[in-house]
Amino acid sequence: MIKIFKKFIKKIFKDIFRKKKQLKIGLYGPPNGGKTTLANKICMDWLGEEMGLTSNIAHETREIQVKERINVKKDSNELSFSLVDTPGIATKIDYEEFLKKGLSESEAKRRAKEATKGVIDAIKWLDSMDVVLVVLDSTKDPYSQVNITIIGNLAARNIPVLIIGNKTDLKRAKLKTVKSAFPQYDVVGISAKKGTNMEEFYEQLFKIAG
Amino acid sequence: MGLTLQFVPYAEIETLSSLGRIRKLLNAVKEDKIVLLEGRLRKEEETELIKTTMEEINAEFKGIELAVIYPESRNFAFFRKMKQQFINMLLGDRQGLTIVGPASVVKEIKKDPNKIQLFTSDTKKRAKPKKSKDKGK
Repeated sequence: MIKIFKKFIKKIFKDIFRKKKQLKIGLYGPPNGGKTTLANKICMDWLGEEMGLTSNIAHETREIQVKERINVKKDSNELSFSLVDTPGIATKIDYEEFLKKGLSESEAKRRAKEATKGVIDAIKWLDSMDVVLVVLDSTKDPYSQVNITIIGNLAARNIPVLIIGNKTDLKRAKLKTVKSAFPQYDVVGISAKKGTNMEEFYEQLFKIAG
Repeated sequence: MGLTLQFVPYAEIETLSSLGRIRKLLNAVKEDKIVLLEGRLRKEEETELIKTTMEEINAEFKGIELAVIYPESRNFAFFRKMKQQFINMLLGDRQGLTIVGPASVVKEIKKDPNKIQLFTSDTKKRAKPKKSKDKGK
């Protein structure tokens, strides 16, 4: 009886470790680039539910969020992955900036403290990603060092990168500037909020992760 | 308030560990100095610098502004690129310049391929003067 039980346990463990590792796709970028908006769009498209809260105040996402088993289908192809939404990476966080947005002092200080921890966690998770989508606000200067450092790091770790020029629905969007800043990468322009050009986005996603 | 620029030749960080290099830069920045480092850190060191900065943020230290100016190697011939990469691997990346400043002093570093602009708290105010409403006049 004990032998049979031991065999059963062994089989279960073997099956668990034999299972193919789920592909991890990470959303990285500076704060307020639209990472969570894109994560929500992907989750709504394929799971019918949102992933996280969005806000105009920077550092709304302060914890790593993972949505598992997303199956994207295109023609006869299928891509299954876990989507990892990360806090925006920044080199500075000043709680006084949150005060200007109307938060109370204690809320602002708490948000700043959580945001610094979020950046640390996001960097720690870099190594475990299989593919990274770098989400940039295409109305902002793409040459910021944070963008260059993130992308340079991913290249050094041989992690495939797709750059998303988000917020193309805004008049100030300059997708050409994003493209010229990172000529060696594929760049796709979308509006995650309005759902514009998502077809091309999924096409590129299949190309890089499929 | 005057600005203090501290030039750090690559030779000064060459023999230091990654942690030592980051410590050296952050210690100077925490003394409100803008550091001009000859060359650049390794890519993983740049990320580690951001991570360490986040760990040390408090009421006084708000973080850093960081920029790396690097010569454009896109148009270099293949062998020149390879030669440069080999030299970088052996001797460290002495090309270009890394600028690190305290976020409380340096508000923004704007960079495009041809120029770099460093805005301090004061220059930002000068760049966008407030319109005066002289109703009484």
